[in-house]
Amino acid sequence: MFSLSGITTALHDWLSGRFSEAWVMLIEMLLAGIAVISFFAILGLVLVLMERKVSAWMQIRLGPNRVGPKGMLQSFADTLKLLVKEGMTPNGADKLLFNMAPVMAMVIAMLLMAPIAFAKDFQLWDINIGVLYISAVSSLSVISILMAGWASNNKYSLLGAMRSGAQIVSYELSAGLAILTIVVLSGSLNMNDIVMAQENGWWIFKGHIPVIIAFVIFIIAVTAETNRAPFDLAEAESELTAGFHTEYSGMKFALFFLAEYVNVFIVCAIGATLFLGGWMPFHIGNWDGFNRVMDFIPSSIWFLGKTFLLIFLIMWFRWSFPRLRIDQLLNLEWKYLLPISMVNILLVAAIAILGWHF
Amino acid sequence: MFLARYIKSIFQAVRSLWIGMRRTGYYFSHHKEIITQQYPDNRETLQLPERFKGEVVMPHNEQNEHRCTGCTACELACPNGTIKVITKFDITPEGKKKKAIDKLVYHLELCTMCNLCVVACPSDAIVMAQTFEHSVFDRNQLTKILNNPGSKIMEGVE
Repeated sequence: MFSLSGITTALHDWLSGRFSEAWVMLIEMLLAGIAVISFFAILGLVLVLMERKVSAWMQIRLGPNRVGPKGMLQSFADTLKLLVKEGMTPNGADKLLFNMAPVMAMVIAMLLMAPIAFAKDFQLWDINIGVLYISAVSSLSVISILMAGWASNNKYSLLGAMRSGAQIVSYELSAGLAILTIVVLSGSLNMNDIVMAQENGWWIFKGHIPVIIAFVIFIIAVTAETNRAPFDLAEAESELTAGFHTEYSGMKFALFFLAEYVNVFIVCAIGATLFLGGWMPFHIGNWDGFNRVMDFIPSSIWFLGKTFLLIFLIMWFRWSFPRLRIDQLLNLEWKYLLPISMVNILLVAAIAILGWHF
Repeated sequence: MFLARYIKSIFQAVRSLWIGMRRTGYYFSHHKEIITQQYPDNRETLQLPERFKGEVVMPHNEQNEHRCTGCTACELACPNGTIKVITKFDITPEGKKKKAIDKLVYHLELCTMCNLCVVACPSDAIVMAQTFEHSVFDRNQLTKILNNPGSKIMEGVE
């Protein structure tokens, strides 16, 4: 049966037979870096195309259908265009911060990739505080946005960046509380332990209604955290031209664009890991035949399938809902999501202590 | 009381969002609803919407008769001087003088397809056509005379 961990183990054994331990370590780090970067590139191409197709179909349009078969090479053509464009730096801008911001956005997105379990025994860094690490590092992404907004020396950019600051600081709370419900239930911050805790059923099924509420809150909060519509006040193209990346062009803009999609992928991957069982296959109680068939599907396919399901959900939000005003945005967080998730986490704690979950 | 309103507002919000998502989800899964026309490819089978406005034309019947009385209502209604009605006087068989159009000059290059002339016309003499491939090399070709040469007014149109 196909499995990613088989490939990595075989590679490790092959390298160990040829090189000393330190060299094996170095080569493996290099290979992991290359793998992450190429995964990012592929992810960007696929997600941009997916978003354009989904948006087109939801708006009764056809979407890209000229470049390549059924328009599948459209994002390659776009990337080529962005590569040959001039990367301008405005005269009044703070040059260092301006050029550092897109790289910063990218680096933070890359850091988030480390503790995610892509398949059974396939993980860059198995760390015992994986969930904490992710919620800590993902809040850093606001720094790159603030940096870009401040350094551009443009009123639109600054406004967008400030809005984004207010937004991410508020929504971080309810996202954290939603993540905490799963930590309470599974009793661990380790990504692998959380996945293993869902062996006999995903948390969204095992945890009754409180976990479903936590899941809904998590999805709303991460949509806000990744600055996507209906919470795209940082960009808000109808009010602020393009918000924090108004002054960016060429590859620097492309890095921001890529970082946005990679962030969407990562938050969806975390959502899939916490609530939908990560790479665990779908099992129903005692249906042995059914469970056997489900086990036959590789764990990486399960993980990517769940992640893309959540990505589709977030795209569906984007192309259905109108943008919120800044006061509505903060109302939603402080008057609705935060009180609800606080009550919710009490309920979940009671469930976990009394052992009411399956 | 407050709590009841609070919970009710959450349910209403979720319900209205779900209605919106159901609509876009329906469009996402039903590709037959797509209204995009792939124009140069389907030039032969192009289907334009009923109310598409391409240019102003004056329909004539088989006897080369139109319905225009030369009242200049369209000329007055036009916001940017697109239509110019040049009138003449016909002698009726009874020996009376009657106003009629000599030429109805239509400047397509000035027209914004606002439809006000068609709405203003009391005798439905002009309509909007669905043609839209208007590009020419000489600007003068865009100045059109809407009534056919030798045409006259239809019987019974006052």
